[in-house]
Amino acid sequence: MTEMLSGGEILIRALQDEGVEHIFGYPGGAALHIYDALFKQQRVEHILVRHEQAATHMADGYARATGNPGVVLVTSGPGATNAITGIATAYMDSIPMIVISAQVPHDVIGTDAFQETDMIGISRPIVKHSFIVRSASEIPWLVKQAFYISTTGRPGPIVIDVPKDTTDPNELFEYSYPKSVSLRSYKPALKGHTGQIRKAAVAMLKAKRPVIYAGGGVVQGGAEEELVKVARLTGFPITNTLMGLGSFPGDDPQFLGMLGMHGTYESNNAMHHSDLIIAVGARFDDRVTNNPVKFCPGATIIHIDVDPASISKVIPADIPIVGPAKPVLTELHAALEAELEKHPIDQSSLDEWWRRIQLWRDEHGLDHDQRSRKSESGQLLPQQVIQAVYRETNGDAFVTSDVGQHQMFAAQYYRFSKGRQWINSGGLGTMGFGLPAAMGVQFAVPDATVVCITGEGSFMMNMQELSTCMQYALPIKVVNLNNQALGMVKQWQDMQYGGRYSHSTYSDALPDFEQLIESFGHCSFTARSIDELDAVVEEAFSPALKDKLVFINAYVDPDEHVYPMFVRGGSLEDMVLSKGSA
Amino acid sequence: MRRLLAVLLENEAGALSRVIGLFAQRNYNIESLTVAPTEDPTLSRLTLLTEGDDEKIEQVTKHLNRLIEVVKVNDLTDGAHIERELMLIKIRAEGNGHREEIYRTCRIFRGDVVDVTPDSYTVQLTGPTKKLYAFMRAIGETSILEVVRTGVSGIGRGDKILEL
Ligand SMILES: Cc1ncc(C[n+]2csc(CCOP(=O)(O)OP(=O)(O)O)c2C)c(N)n1
Ligand SMILES: [Mg+2]
Repeated sequence: MTEMLSGGEILIRALQDEGVEHIFGYPGGAALHIYDALFKQQRVEHILVRHEQAATHMADGYARATGNPGVVLVTSGPGATNAITGIATAYMDSIPMIVISAQVPHDVIGTDAFQETDMIGISRPIVKHSFIVRSASEIPWLVKQAFYISTTGRPGPIVIDVPKDTTDPNELFEYSYPKSVSLRSYKPALKGHTGQIRKAAVAMLKAKRPVIYAGGGVVQGGAEEELVKVARLTGFPITNTLMGLGSFPGDDPQFLGMLGMHGTYESNNAMHHSDLIIAVGARFDDRVTNNPVKFCPGATIIHIDVDPASISKVIPADIPIVGPAKPVLTELHAALEAELEKHPIDQSSLDEWWRRIQLWRDEHGLDHDQRSRKSESGQLLPQQVIQAVYRETNGDAFVTSDVGQHQMFAAQYYRFSKGRQWINSGGLGTMGFGLPAAMGVQFAVPDATVVCITGEGSFMMNMQELSTCMQYALPIKVVNLNNQALGMVKQWQDMQYGGRYSHSTYSDALPDFEQLIESFGHCSFTARSIDELDAVVEEAFSPALKDKLVFINAYVDPDEHVYPMFVRGGSLEDMVLSKGSA
Repeated sequence: MRRLLAVLLENEAGALSRVIGLFAQRNYNIESLTVAPTEDPTLSRLTLLTEGDDEKIEQVTKHLNRLIEVVKVNDLTDGAHIERELMLIKIRAEGNGHREEIYRTCRIFRGDVVDVTPDSYTVQLTGPTKKLYAFMRAIGETSILEVVRTGVSGIGRGDKILEL
């Protein structure tokens, strides 16, 4: 028997048939038929946010934690435009997301109707693709395509713009959901080119100073195990981008730490002096390469990426391989094993290479125990806070972050061991991402410990979601590295603008966080010293507070800088290591 | 370097704006663009004239291919190909001598007079872009009243075709 449904019902049914369990959204006039369809069913849970930007970051965090696309529902006009920052954030980090934006009815599109905006136009440069619904009958097919396109190849956000008339409850259509989808104009690579992979294997076995440079594509592609296998087989040093952290165990001796602007001394130096770089799921972002002209002068580049447009975009690849990380690394591992008989690894060169790396590490590697370090002012250090959280959570929590110094400290000192564990806005650098992203993670993995490492500036960009956290009883642990300033901006002003703090401080105007948090029914602690910190962190993560949102307001030294920091316009080996060493 | 790209595109609302948006967003330049449906009404074909070295064109091509509605991209300037452009040009033609001269020039260039008034001719001329310029020079700036050109369309020579 065929089912007859309205467009609004068809939309929700199609989402159910895609296996969607959560929608993050906010209602409004053009979306009300859809909201009514939501009301009449139980299979999809709708999460009512407090701002549409937060809905997109929640869906984004949900997607990053699970690999499944996050789904957002917003109304037309301001609802849609509020979603833009979150869509751009997901786009820059290649996160699968479906954004359903309601639209004014077809007959008034183009008339500057109330709450009309050209969402397809506004979002065009920041979506992988978008659709506008012309008739309710095409909704199942559009939804099917949207999920397929969003999750395959290089993932990305998709907008489906839904004019209100196509969801009219009085017009019924036959419903059936397509079983499969194939598009003549969209054929993402499913595996790499075998010849190229063999070429890469041979180049790897001939290398004397190799480095594996792995990025978010490994995490997105679920290829962590394959990456570890290739690294173990070769014994090559390995570094991660900000987005790739967790794809290789962060406390493993073979791991050099993060590379790039705030990468470790050994990692940036190893990259600069290498003779072969094996880039996997990384895109040679400018925060990684520094000046591309001076980037890794002696290195042959193998570049594995699912997106052909990423290859040779910034740094020309010598051995390009287009394909998803997982099958390519699997095949690369097999090719390495096959070639090893003919071309054994040049072990003495590799040993010598590791000795050099160890020297760099000994000279200026990160200090992973800074408990006894004292800041000039005697204040708590941000690194100490991250380390305390790392210890207390056994390095096992999902950690989201915002953008700024606290983000870099988290990336440097929380040594991630699993893919998807570290969730941050790397490409767009969106302040306000951390809390809603953590909420999305908590919805996806209700029993997991979810920590949001934030700065007071970023936190205040989406703190209205504390109310949503209250409504849904989300037990997130928020760690606020409160330096009472836009710390990263201030650091740049210290380093490049003679310490002129143009609009980067506001210490007289910060809220009493304890009162603020408690007014939403959550739990709040303050830490000003290392002893207070230890006690507070222990209590925050104790079983007694397992079901509570806990906010740790840690007052940290406002004068602390993130180091190393590469010198703009230089090569990767040009780094500032401490204040006054430039 | 001058490049002529042939692009097969799903014939759908909004597809063209993605192509144009891509060029704007990535700071690529469009010299001219022609577009119309092909023998298969579900497909449009674009001919896009742009400028760039090999690296740039490779990047443009990859980004075009990344657009979901783009089915196929081919750089016509890579091989032997034919380029044509159509121009409609309104020319001042007053007095017998002048009218006769304009008409003769037209015939030399194989142009067709498609509209006539006592004071003007409207001429249709097809050919490679160079020929259109040569014609305009021959007519002389002072006699040209109005020019409209379609932009270049291109197709590969020989049996090779751009297909799905
Ligand atoms: C939405 C947005 N606006 C502006 C910036 C620029 N920005 C980058 S870091 C930063 C300061 C962040 O301050 P805070 O969240 O307190 O972190 P801190 O650096 O102090 O740890 C700013 C303003 C940004 N990344 N995102
Ligand atoms: Mg701050």
